Amino acid sequence: MVEGWFTGDGDDFRLLGTRCSACGSVFFPREDTFCRNPGCQGGALAEVPLSRRGRVWSYTDSRYRPPSPYVTEPELPWEPYTLIAVELAAERIVVLGQAVPGITVADLAVGMEVEAVPGVLHEDARTTWTTWRWRPTGVTR
Amino acid sequence: MTAEVAVLGAGMHPWGKWGRSFVEYGVAAARAALVDAGVDWRDVDAIVGADTVRGGYPGYVAGATFARALGWQGARVTSVYAACASGAQAIGAARAQILAGLADVVLVVGADAAPKGFFRPAGGDRPDDPDWLRFRVLGATNPTYFGLYARRRMAVHGDTPEDFAQVKVKNSAMGALNPNARYRKRVTAQEVAASAVVADPLRLLDICATSDGGAALVLSSLDFARRHGVARPVRISAVSTVSPRYPTTVLDLPDIATDSAAAVEPAGEPFRASIAHAAYEEAGVGPDDLSLAEVYDLSTALELQWYEDLGLCAEGEAAKLLREGATAPGGRIPVNPSGGLSSFGEAVPAQAIAQVCEVTWQLRGQAGERQVAGARVAVTANQGLFGHGSAVVAVR
Repeated sequence: MVEGWFTGDGDDFRLLGTRCSACGSVFFPREDTFCRNPGCQGGALAEVPLSRRGRVWSYTDSRYRPPSPYVTEPELPWEPYTLIAVELAAERIVVLGQAVPGITVADLAVGMEVEAVPGVLHEDARTTWTTWRWRPTGVTR
Repeated sequence: MTAEVAVLGAGMHPWGKWGRSFVEYGVAAARAALVDAGVDWRDVDAIVGADTVRGGYPGYVAGATFARALGWQGARVTSVYAACASGAQAIGAARAQILAGLADVVLVVGADAAPKGFFRPAGGDRPDDPDWLRFRVLGATNPTYFGLYARRRMAVHGDTPEDFAQVKVKNSAMGALNPNARYRKRVTAQEVAASAVVADPLRLLDICATSDGGAALVLSSLDFARRHGVARPVRISAVSTVSPRYPTTVLDLPDIATDSAAAVEPAGEPFRASIAHAAYEEAGVGPDDLSLAEVYDLSTALELQWYEDLGLCAEGEAAKLLREGATAPGGRIPVNPSGGLSSFGEAVPAQAIAQVCEVTWQLRGQAGERQVAGARVAVTANQGLFGHGSAVVAVR
Protein backbone atom coordinates (compact mmCIF):
# COMPACT_ATOMS: atom_id res chain seq x y z
CA MET A 1 0.00 0.00 0.00
CA VAL A 2 2.80 2.42 0.90
CA GLU A 3 5.63 0.49 -0.63
CA GLY A 4 9.05 2.05 -0.18
CA TRP A 5 8.04 4.60 2.48
CA PHE A 6 10.24 3.05 5.18
CA THR A 7 12.86 0.35 5.72
CA GLY A 8 14.76 -1.54 8.40
CA ASP A 9 14.15 -2.69 11.96
CA GLY A 10 15.04 -1.49 15.42
CA ASP A 11 17.75 1.17 15.41
CA ASP A 12 18.08 0.81 11.64
CA PHE A 13 14.47 1.83 10.95
CA ARG A 14 14.23 4.82 8.61
CA LEU A 15 11.54 6.66 6.71
CA LEU A 16 12.42 6.76 3.01
CA GLY A 17 11.95 9.81 0.83
CA THR A 18 13.42 10.89 -2.48
CA ARG A 19 15.83 13.69 -3.34
CA CYS A 20 16.05 15.59 -6.64
CA SER A 21 19.55 15.28 -8.07
CA ALA A 22 19.24 18.69 -9.74
CA CYS A 23 18.05 20.97 -6.91
CA GLY A 24 18.37 18.85 -3.75
CA SER A 25 14.66 19.06 -2.80
CA VAL A 26 13.55 16.20 -0.55
CA PHE A 27 10.11 14.59 -0.77
CA PHE A 28 8.09 12.50 1.66
CA PRO A 29 5.98 10.58 0.86
CA ARG A 30 8.40 9.69 -1.91
CA GLU A 31 7.96 11.54 -5.19
CA ASP A 32 9.22 9.31 -8.01
CA THR A 33 7.79 11.09 -11.05
CA PHE A 34 8.74 14.77 -11.01
CA CYS A 35 10.48 17.34 -8.84
CA ARG A 36 7.86 19.75 -7.46
CA ASN A 37 10.21 22.71 -7.11
CA PRO A 38 8.86 25.23 -9.66
CA GLY A 39 12.35 26.59 -10.25
CA CYS A 40 13.82 23.18 -11.10
CA GLN A 41 13.93 21.69 -14.58
CA GLY A 42 13.70 18.28 -12.93
CA GLY A 43 16.44 15.84 -12.13
CA ALA A 44 16.55 12.16 -11.31
CA LEU A 45 14.82 11.37 -8.02
CA ALA A 46 16.92 9.12 -5.80
CA GLU A 47 15.76 7.29 -2.70
CA VAL A 48 17.09 8.82 0.52
CA PRO A 49 16.63 7.81 4.18
CA LEU A 50 15.26 10.60 6.40
CA SER A 51 16.59 11.60 9.81
CA ARG A 52 15.49 9.12 12.43
CA ARG A 53 14.90 11.77 15.10
CA GLY A 54 13.03 15.03 15.09
CA ARG A 55 11.12 17.47 17.31
CA VAL A 56 7.37 17.60 17.91
CA TRP A 57 5.80 20.41 15.82
CA SER A 58 2.33 19.67 17.15
CA TYR A 59 0.13 16.77 18.23
CA THR A 60 -3.48 15.76 18.68
CA ASP A 61 -5.60 12.64 18.92
CA SER A 62 -8.72 11.09 17.45
CA ARG A 63 -11.35 10.49 20.11
CA TYR A 64 -13.88 9.25 17.58
CA ARG A 65 -13.48 6.31 15.24
CA PRO A 66 -12.37 7.60 11.83
CA PRO A 67 -14.30 6.51 8.72
CA SER A 68 -13.00 4.03 6.17
CA PRO A 69 -10.58 3.61 4.49
CA TYR A 70 -9.03 3.61 7.99
CA VAL A 71 -9.40 0.02 9.15
CA THR A 72 -10.75 -0.67 12.64
CA GLU A 73 -12.64 -3.49 14.32
CA PRO A 74 -16.15 -2.07 14.70
CA GLU A 75 -17.06 -4.68 17.32
CA LEU A 76 -14.25 -3.50 19.62
CA PRO A 77 -14.49 -0.34 21.73
CA TRP A 78 -12.74 2.60 20.09
CA GLU A 79 -9.25 3.28 21.46
CA PRO A 80 -8.11 6.81 20.51
CA TYR A 81 -4.68 7.07 18.93
CA THR A 82 -2.34 10.03 19.05
CA LEU A 83 -1.04 11.82 15.97
CA ILE A 84 2.28 13.68 16.03
CA ALA A 85 3.64 16.12 13.43
CA VAL A 86 7.42 15.98 13.63
CA GLU A 87 9.94 18.50 12.32
CA LEU A 88 13.11 16.92 10.90
CA ALA A 89 15.89 19.52 11.13
CA ALA A 90 18.21 18.32 8.37
CA GLU A 91 15.43 17.92 5.80
CA ARG A 92 13.43 20.96 7.04
CA ILE A 93 10.24 18.95 6.67
CA VAL A 94 7.31 18.15 8.98
CA VAL A 95 6.08 14.54 8.84
CA LEU A 96 2.80 13.38 10.39
CA GLY A 97 2.50 9.95 11.97
CA GLN A 98 0.74 8.03 14.69
CA ALA A 99 2.43 7.79 18.07
CA VAL A 100 3.35 4.32 19.34
CA PRO A 101 0.44 2.69 21.21
CA GLY A 102 0.21 3.85 24.82
CA ILE A 103 1.48 7.39 24.18
CA THR A 104 -1.28 9.93 24.79
CA VAL A 105 -1.39 13.70 24.35
CA ALA A 106 -0.62 14.00 28.08
CA ASP A 107 2.82 12.49 27.41
CA LEU A 108 3.76 15.06 24.75
CA ALA A 109 4.92 18.65 24.41
CA VAL A 110 5.79 20.77 21.37
CA GLY A 111 9.57 20.67 20.90
CA MET A 112 10.03 17.24 22.51
CA GLU A 113 12.40 14.82 20.73
CA VAL A 114 10.84 11.76 19.08
CA GLU A 115 12.14 8.99 16.85
CA ALA A 116 10.68 6.91 14.04
CA VAL A 117 10.06 3.25 14.87
CA PRO A 118 8.29 0.44 13.00
CA GLY A 119 4.70 -0.38 13.86
CA VAL A 120 1.69 -2.41 12.78
CA LEU A 121 -1.21 -0.49 11.28
CA HIS A 122 -3.55 -3.43 10.95
CA GLU A 123 -3.48 -7.19 10.48
CA ASP A 124 -5.89 -9.86 9.42
CA ALA A 125 -5.51 -13.59 8.90
CA ARG A 126 -3.58 -13.13 5.66
CA THR A 127 -1.82 -9.76 5.81
CA THR A 128 0.04 -7.52 8.24
CA TRP A 129 0.12 -3.85 7.21
CA THR A 130 3.24 -2.27 8.68
CA THR A 131 3.74 1.46 9.17
CA TRP A 132 5.89 4.01 10.95
CA ARG A 133 5.22 5.43 14.41
CA TRP A 134 6.69 8.29 16.40
CA ARG A 135 8.00 7.47 19.88
CA PRO A 136 9.44 9.94 22.40
CA THR A 137 13.16 9.23 22.77
CA GLY A 138 13.97 7.46 26.01
CA VAL A 139 10.70 5.52 25.90
CA THR A 140 11.36 1.84 25.26
CA ARG A 141 7.89 0.36 24.99
CA MET B 1 -13.03 50.83 -12.15
CA THR B 2 -13.39 48.48 -15.07
CA ALA B 3 -12.29 45.41 -13.10
CA GLU B 4 -15.40 45.45 -10.92
CA VAL B 5 -18.63 43.51 -11.29
CA ALA B 6 -21.96 44.20 -9.61
CA VAL B 7 -23.76 41.89 -7.19
CA LEU B 8 -27.37 42.28 -8.30
CA GLY B 9 -28.84 39.49 -6.26
CA ALA B 10 -28.08 37.14 -3.37
CA GLY B 11 -30.06 34.14 -2.15
CA MET B 12 -29.77 31.15 0.14
CA HIS B 13 -31.52 27.97 1.12
CA PRO B 14 -31.32 27.69 4.92
CA TRP B 15 -28.55 25.38 6.21
CA GLY B 16 -29.48 22.24 8.12
CA LYS B 17 -29.89 18.49 7.67
CA TRP B 18 -32.88 18.53 5.41
CA GLY B 19 -32.44 15.15 3.73
CA ARG B 20 -33.16 16.41 0.22
CA SER B 21 -31.12 16.62 -2.99
CA PHE B 22 -28.50 19.32 -3.44
CA VAL B 23 -30.40 20.32 -6.60
CA GLU B 24 -33.38 21.46 -4.53
CA TYR B 25 -31.20 23.63 -2.30
CA GLY B 26 -29.38 25.14 -5.27
CA VAL B 27 -32.54 25.91 -7.21
CA ALA B 28 -34.19 27.49 -4.14
CA ALA B 29 -31.11 29.68 -3.61
CA ALA B 30 -30.96 30.55 -7.33
CA ARG B 31 -34.62 31.55 -7.48
CA ALA B 32 -34.16 33.71 -4.36
CA ALA B 33 -31.12 35.42 -5.90
CA LEU B 34 -32.97 36.03 -9.19
CA VAL B 35 -35.94 37.56 -7.33
CA ASP B 36 -33.54 39.69 -5.28
CA ALA B 37 -31.90 40.88 -8.50
CA GLY B 38 -35.17 41.44 -10.33
CA VAL B 39 -33.80 39.40 -13.24
CA ASP B 40 -35.77 36.77 -15.17
CA TRP B 41 -33.89 33.46 -15.49
CA ARG B 42 -34.44 33.56 -19.26
CA ASP B 43 -32.43 36.81 -19.41
CA VAL B 44 -29.37 35.28 -17.72
CA ASP B 45 -26.44 34.88 -20.17
CA ALA B 46 -24.43 32.30 -18.25
CA ILE B 47 -24.65 29.99 -15.24
CA VAL B 48 -21.70 28.76 -13.18
CA GLY B 49 -22.22 25.85 -10.79
CA ALA B 50 -19.87 24.98 -7.92
CA ASP B 51 -19.62 21.19 -7.96
CA THR B 52 -20.38 18.74 -5.21
CA VAL B 53 -18.68 15.36 -5.26
CA ARG B 54 -21.80 13.99 -3.61
CA GLY B 55 -25.10 13.49 -5.37
CA GLY B 56 -23.68 11.27 -8.10
CA TYR B 57 -22.88 12.34 -11.66
CA PRO B 58 -25.12 15.44 -11.67
CA GLY B 59 -23.05 16.78 -8.75
CA TYR B 60 -19.96 16.87 -10.97
CA VAL B 61 -21.79 18.91 -13.60
CA ALA B 62 -23.51 21.28 -11.21
CA GLY B 63 -23.86 24.16 -13.69
CA ALA B 64 -25.84 22.09 -16.16
CA THR B 65 -27.78 20.37 -13.35
CA PHE B 66 -29.05 23.66 -11.98
CA ALA B 67 -29.69 25.00 -15.51
CA ARG B 68 -31.81 21.96 -16.36
CA ALA B 69 -33.74 22.22 -13.11
CA LEU B 70 -34.41 25.93 -13.68
CA GLY B 71 -35.37 25.15 -17.30
CA TRP B 72 -32.98 24.95 -20.25
CA GLN B 73 -32.78 28.42 -21.79
CA GLY B 74 -29.55 28.29 -23.78
CA ALA B 75 -27.19 29.98 -21.31
CA ARG B 76 -23.43 29.46 -21.44
CA VAL B 77 -22.72 26.83 -18.75
CA THR B 78 -19.69 26.20 -16.52
CA SER B 79 -19.03 23.79 -13.63
CA VAL B 80 -16.07 24.13 -11.26
CA TYR B 81 -14.62 22.12 -8.40
CA ALA B 82 -12.06 23.43 -5.93
CA ALA B 83 -13.02 21.83 -2.61
CA CYS B 84 -13.90 24.56 -0.06
CA ALA B 85 -12.88 27.22 -2.60
CA SER B 86 -15.36 25.92 -5.22
CA GLY B 87 -17.76 28.79 -4.64
CA ALA B 88 -15.02 31.39 -5.03
CA GLN B 89 -13.81 29.79 -8.25
CA ALA B 90 -17.41 29.86 -9.51
CA ILE B 91 -17.57 33.57 -8.68
CA GLY B 92 -14.17 34.02 -10.33
CA ALA B 93 -15.31 32.27 -13.51
CA ALA B 94 -18.49 34.36 -13.66
CA ARG B 95 -16.54 37.56 -13.10
CA ALA B 96 -14.02 36.68 -15.81
CA GLN B 97 -16.83 36.10 -18.33
CA ILE B 98 -18.40 39.45 -17.44
CA LEU B 99 -15.12 41.38 -17.57
CA ALA B 100 -14.21 39.69 -20.88
CA GLY B 101 -17.51 40.82 -22.36
CA LEU B 102 -18.74 37.26 -22.87
CA ALA B 103 -21.76 37.77 -20.61
CA ASP B 104 -23.67 40.67 -19.09
CA VAL B 105 -25.43 38.80 -16.31
CA VAL B 106 -24.38 35.51 -14.72
CA LEU B 107 -26.00 33.25 -12.13
CA VAL B 108 -23.60 31.55 -9.67
CA VAL B 109 -24.93 28.60 -7.65
CA GLY B 110 -23.45 26.22 -5.06
CA ALA B 111 -25.31 23.62 -3.02
CA ASP B 112 -24.62 20.41 -1.14
CA ALA B 113 -26.27 17.60 0.76
CA ALA B 114 -23.44 16.60 3.09
CA PRO B 115 -23.08 13.11 4.54
CA LYS B 116 -23.39 12.58 8.28
CA GLY B 117 -20.25 12.59 10.39
CA PHE B 118 -16.68 12.97 9.17
CA PHE B 119 -15.96 13.89 5.59
CA ARG B 120 -14.21 10.94 3.93
CA PRO B 121 -12.53 10.31 0.60
CA ALA B 122 -14.34 8.78 -2.37
CA GLY B 123 -14.54 4.97 -2.23
CA GLY B 124 -12.26 2.26 -3.55
CA ASP B 125 -8.57 1.46 -2.98
CA ARG B 126 -6.77 4.52 -4.29
CA PRO B 127 -3.23 4.79 -2.92
CA ASP B 128 -2.39 7.40 -5.57
CA ASP B 129 -4.77 9.85 -3.84
CA PRO B 130 -3.26 11.84 -0.91
CA ASP B 131 -6.74 12.29 0.56
CA TRP B 132 -7.31 8.52 0.59
CA LEU B 133 -3.82 7.90 1.99
CA ARG B 134 -4.14 10.17 5.01
CA PHE B 135 -7.26 8.30 6.10
CA ARG B 136 -5.95 4.81 5.31
CA VAL B 137 -2.44 5.18 6.73
CA LEU B 138 -2.99 7.64 9.59
CA GLY B 139 -6.74 7.89 10.23
CA ALA B 140 -6.17 11.65 9.98
CA THR B 141 -9.66 13.19 9.78
CA ASN B 142 -10.20 16.90 9.14
CA PRO B 143 -10.64 17.64 12.88
CA THR B 144 -7.23 16.10 13.64
CA TYR B 145 -5.61 18.73 11.41
CA PHE B 146 -7.62 21.44 13.21
CA GLY B 147 -6.38 19.94 16.49
CA LEU B 148 -2.76 20.12 15.31
CA TYR B 149 -3.14 23.81 14.39
CA ALA B 150 -4.86 24.60 17.69
CA ARG B 151 -2.17 22.88 19.77
CA ARG B 152 0.54 24.64 17.78
CA ARG B 153 -1.08 28.02 18.53
CA MET B 154 -1.18 27.15 22.23
CA ALA B 155 2.52 26.25 22.19
CA VAL B 156 3.74 29.18 20.08
CA HIS B 157 1.37 32.01 20.99
CA GLY B 158 0.00 30.98 24.37
CA ASP B 159 -3.63 30.70 23.22
CA THR B 160 -5.86 28.73 25.59
CA PRO B 161 -8.89 26.47 25.09
CA GLU B 162 -10.85 29.24 26.82
CA ASP B 163 -9.82 31.65 24.05
CA PHE B 164 -11.00 29.14 21.46
CA ALA B 165 -14.34 28.77 23.27
CA GLN B 166 -14.87 32.54 23.13
CA VAL B 167 -14.89 32.34 19.32
CA LYS B 168 -17.83 29.92 19.54
CA VAL B 169 -19.57 32.14 22.08
CA LYS B 170 -19.21 35.13 19.73
CA ASN B 171 -20.26 33.33 16.54
CA SER B 172 -23.20 31.49 18.08
CA ALA B 173 -24.59 34.80 19.34
CA MET B 174 -24.57 36.03 15.72
CA GLY B 175 -25.92 32.77 14.32
CA ALA B 176 -28.84 33.03 16.71
CA LEU B 177 -29.88 36.16 14.78
CA ASN B 178 -29.53 34.62 11.30
CA PRO B 179 -32.61 32.92 9.80
CA ASN B 180 -30.40 31.00 7.32
CA ALA B 181 -28.16 29.49 10.01
CA ARG B 182 -28.54 25.87 11.07
CA TYR B 183 -27.70 26.49 14.75
CA ARG B 184 -29.66 29.35 16.23
CA LYS B 185 -28.89 28.99 19.90
CA ARG B 186 -26.39 31.03 21.90
CA VAL B 187 -23.63 28.86 23.34
CA THR B 188 -21.77 29.58 26.59
CA ALA B 189 -18.09 28.96 27.33
CA GLN B 190 -19.21 26.38 29.90
CA GLU B 191 -21.14 24.49 27.23
CA VAL B 192 -18.08 24.42 24.98
CA ALA B 193 -15.91 23.17 27.87
CA ALA B 194 -18.49 20.50 28.71
CA SER B 195 -18.68 19.14 25.15
CA ALA B 196 -16.73 16.01 24.21
CA VAL B 197 -13.12 16.24 23.03
CA VAL B 198 -12.95 15.38 19.33
CA ALA B 199 -9.28 16.04 18.54
CA ASP B 200 -7.31 17.37 21.51
CA PRO B 201 -7.43 20.26 22.40
CA LEU B 202 -10.62 20.84 20.37
CA ARG B 203 -14.08 19.87 21.50
CA LEU B 204 -17.29 19.18 19.64
CA LEU B 205 -18.44 22.80 19.93
CA ASP B 206 -15.06 24.06 18.63
CA ILE B 207 -15.55 22.24 15.32
CA CYS B 208 -18.09 22.93 12.60
CA ALA B 209 -20.61 20.28 11.58
CA THR B 210 -21.42 19.01 8.10
CA SER B 211 -24.68 20.39 6.73
CA ASP B 212 -26.95 20.73 3.75
CA GLY B 213 -27.41 24.16 2.23
CA GLY B 214 -27.34 26.33 -0.87
CA ALA B 215 -26.29 29.82 -1.88
CA ALA B 216 -26.49 31.82 -5.12
CA LEU B 217 -25.52 35.19 -6.56
CA VAL B 218 -26.55 37.14 -9.64
CA LEU B 219 -23.52 39.04 -10.94
CA SER B 220 -23.50 41.55 -13.78
CA SER B 221 -21.44 44.18 -15.51
CA LEU B 222 -21.68 47.67 -13.99
CA ASP B 223 -23.28 48.82 -17.24
CA PHE B 224 -25.99 46.18 -16.99
CA ALA B 225 -26.62 47.17 -13.36
CA ARG B 226 -27.01 50.82 -14.38
CA ARG B 227 -29.37 49.95 -17.25
CA HIS B 228 -31.25 47.73 -14.80
CA GLY B 229 -31.80 50.74 -12.54
CA VAL B 230 -29.25 49.92 -9.85
CA ALA B 231 -27.06 53.01 -9.62
CA ARG B 232 -25.00 52.00 -6.61
CA PRO B 233 -24.70 48.20 -6.44
CA VAL B 234 -22.47 46.20 -4.14
CA ARG B 235 -19.37 45.57 -6.27
CA ILE B 236 -16.87 42.73 -6.24
CA SER B 237 -13.45 44.29 -6.67
CA ALA B 238 -11.24 41.23 -6.16
CA VAL B 239 -11.44 37.45 -6.33
CA SER B 240 -8.31 35.67 -5.10
CA THR B 241 -7.95 31.99 -5.99
CA VAL B 242 -4.16 31.72 -5.59
CA SER B 243 -2.27 28.49 -4.95
CA PRO B 244 0.46 28.07 -2.34
CA ARG B 245 4.10 28.77 -3.19
CA TYR B 246 6.70 25.99 -2.95
CA PRO B 247 7.82 25.04 -0.38
CA THR B 248 4.75 25.06 1.88
CA THR B 249 6.00 24.64 5.43
CA VAL B 250 2.70 24.42 7.32
CA LEU B 251 1.14 20.96 7.35
CA ASP B 252 -2.14 21.26 5.44
CA LEU B 253 -5.10 19.07 4.52
CA PRO B 254 -4.77 16.45 3.09
CA ASP B 255 -0.97 16.15 3.27
CA ILE B 256 1.03 13.64 5.32
CA ALA B 257 4.09 15.92 5.28
CA THR B 258 5.02 19.48 4.36
CA ASP B 259 7.30 20.32 1.48
CA SER B 260 10.95 20.27 2.49
CA ALA B 261 12.61 23.68 2.78
CA ALA B 262 16.06 22.08 2.40
CA ALA B 263 16.65 23.33 -1.14
CA VAL B 264 14.41 26.41 -1.52
CA GLU B 265 13.90 29.08 1.12
CA PRO B 266 10.17 29.50 1.90
CA ALA B 267 8.41 32.76 0.96
CA GLY B 268 8.06 35.04 3.97
CA GLU B 269 4.28 34.95 3.66
CA PRO B 270 2.45 31.73 4.56
CA PHE B 271 -0.28 30.44 2.24
CA ARG B 272 -3.33 31.78 4.06
CA ALA B 273 -1.78 35.25 4.29
CA SER B 274 -0.95 35.16 0.57
CA ILE B 275 -4.61 34.44 -0.26
CA ALA B 276 -5.68 37.62 1.53
CA HIS B 277 -2.74 39.61 0.21
CA ALA B 278 -3.64 38.81 -3.41
CA ALA B 279 -7.22 39.99 -2.81
CA TYR B 280 -6.13 43.23 -1.12
CA GLU B 281 -3.65 43.93 -3.92
CA GLU B 282 -6.26 43.41 -6.63
CA ALA B 283 -8.91 45.52 -4.86
CA GLY B 284 -6.49 48.25 -3.81
CA VAL B 285 -7.56 48.02 -0.17
CA GLY B 286 -5.86 46.92 3.05
CA PRO B 287 -6.93 45.47 6.39
CA ASP B 288 -7.45 48.96 7.81
CA ASP B 289 -10.16 49.67 5.21
CA LEU B 290 -12.33 46.70 6.24
CA SER B 291 -15.72 47.03 7.88
CA LEU B 292 -16.13 43.29 8.39
CA ALA B 293 -14.74 39.89 7.43
CA GLU B 294 -16.29 36.47 6.83
CA VAL B 295 -13.72 33.70 7.37
CA TYR B 296 -13.74 29.91 7.46
CA ASP B 297 -14.04 29.00 11.13
CA LEU B 298 -13.80 25.26 10.51
CA SER B 299 -12.55 25.32 14.07
CA THR B 300 -12.61 28.11 16.62
CA ALA B 301 -8.79 28.14 16.67
CA LEU B 302 -8.68 28.49 12.89
CA GLU B 303 -10.74 31.70 13.07
CA LEU B 304 -8.01 33.18 15.28
CA GLN B 305 -5.42 32.15 12.71
CA TRP B 306 -7.31 34.07 10.03
CA TYR B 307 -7.18 37.30 12.09
CA GLU B 308 -3.42 37.22 11.69
CA ASP B 309 -3.40 36.03 8.10
CA LEU B 310 -5.87 38.77 7.09
CA GLY B 311 -3.62 41.33 8.78
CA LEU B 312 -6.27 42.33 11.35
CA CYS B 313 -3.51 42.07 13.96
CA ALA B 314 0.13 41.05 14.23
CA GLU B 315 1.20 37.40 14.41
CA GLY B 316 0.37 35.91 17.79
CA GLU B 317 -2.03 38.73 18.70
CA ALA B 318 -5.30 37.10 17.60
CA ALA B 319 -6.48 35.98 21.02
CA LYS B 320 -5.78 39.48 22.33
CA LEU B 321 -7.85 40.98 19.48
CA LEU B 322 -10.71 38.62 20.34
CA ARG B 323 -10.51 39.36 24.08
CA GLU B 324 -10.63 43.09 23.35
CA GLY B 325 -13.92 42.56 21.51
CA ALA B 326 -12.53 43.99 18.25
CA THR B 327 -13.97 41.10 16.21
CA ALA B 328 -17.37 41.07 17.95
CA PRO B 329 -20.40 43.09 16.82
CA GLY B 330 -19.73 46.75 17.50
CA GLY B 331 -15.98 46.13 17.54
CA ARG B 332 -13.37 47.63 15.22
CA ILE B 333 -13.59 44.73 12.73
CA PRO B 334 -16.44 42.28 13.29
CA VAL B 335 -15.60 38.78 12.02
CA ASN B 336 -18.27 36.30 10.96
CA PRO B 337 -21.34 38.44 11.64
CA SER B 338 -23.29 35.71 9.77
CA GLY B 339 -22.50 33.32 12.61
CA GLY B 340 -19.83 31.61 10.51
CA LEU B 341 -19.50 27.92 9.74
CA SER B 342 -19.84 27.48 13.46
CA SER B 343 -23.52 28.36 13.05
CA PHE B 344 -24.02 27.14 9.48
CA GLY B 345 -21.96 23.94 9.19
CA GLU B 346 -20.20 22.90 6.02
CA ALA B 347 -22.05 22.65 2.71
CA VAL B 348 -18.81 22.76 0.76
CA PRO B 349 -19.65 24.21 -2.70
CA ALA B 350 -22.06 26.73 -1.18
CA GLN B 351 -19.83 28.15 1.53
CA ALA B 352 -17.72 30.71 -0.29
CA ILE B 353 -20.87 31.90 -2.12
CA ALA B 354 -22.75 32.16 1.18
CA GLN B 355 -19.94 34.34 2.54
CA VAL B 356 -20.45 36.76 -0.36
CA CYS B 357 -24.24 36.69 0.19
CA GLU B 358 -23.66 37.78 3.78
CA VAL B 359 -21.27 40.60 2.91
CA THR B 360 -23.70 41.74 0.18
CA TRP B 361 -26.53 42.05 2.71
CA GLN B 362 -24.17 43.75 5.16
CA LEU B 363 -22.94 46.27 2.57
CA ARG B 364 -26.53 47.03 1.54
CA GLY B 365 -27.54 47.52 5.18
CA GLN B 366 -30.01 44.61 4.94
CA ALA B 367 -28.53 42.29 7.57
CA GLY B 368 -31.21 42.98 10.16
CA GLU B 369 -30.27 42.42 13.78
CA ARG B 370 -26.72 41.35 12.86
CA GLN B 371 -26.02 44.46 10.75
CA VAL B 372 -22.51 45.95 11.05
CA ALA B 373 -23.15 49.71 11.16
CA GLY B 374 -21.93 51.66 8.14
CA ALA B 375 -20.34 48.68 6.38
CA ARG B 376 -18.40 49.80 3.27
CA VAL B 377 -15.66 47.24 2.57
CA ALA B 378 -15.73 43.51 3.32
CA VAL B 379 -13.43 40.57 2.75
CA THR B 380 -14.21 36.85 2.72
CA ALA B 381 -11.57 34.15 3.06
CA ASN B 382 -11.17 30.42 3.00
CA GLN B 383 -8.74 27.68 2.13
CA GLY B 384 -9.67 24.47 0.34
CA LEU B 385 -8.21 20.98 0.28
CA PHE B 386 -5.32 20.44 -2.17
CA GLY B 387 -3.98 24.03 -2.08
CA HIS B 388 -7.06 25.99 -3.07
CA GLY B 389 -7.17 29.58 -1.84
CA SER B 390 -10.17 31.89 -1.86
CA ALA B 391 -10.83 35.47 -0.87
CA VAL B 392 -13.30 38.01 -2.22
CA VAL B 393 -13.33 41.76 -1.61
CA ALA B 394 -16.72 43.50 -1.92
CA VAL B 395 -17.32 47.22 -1.58
CA ARG B 396 -20.10 49.75 -1.70
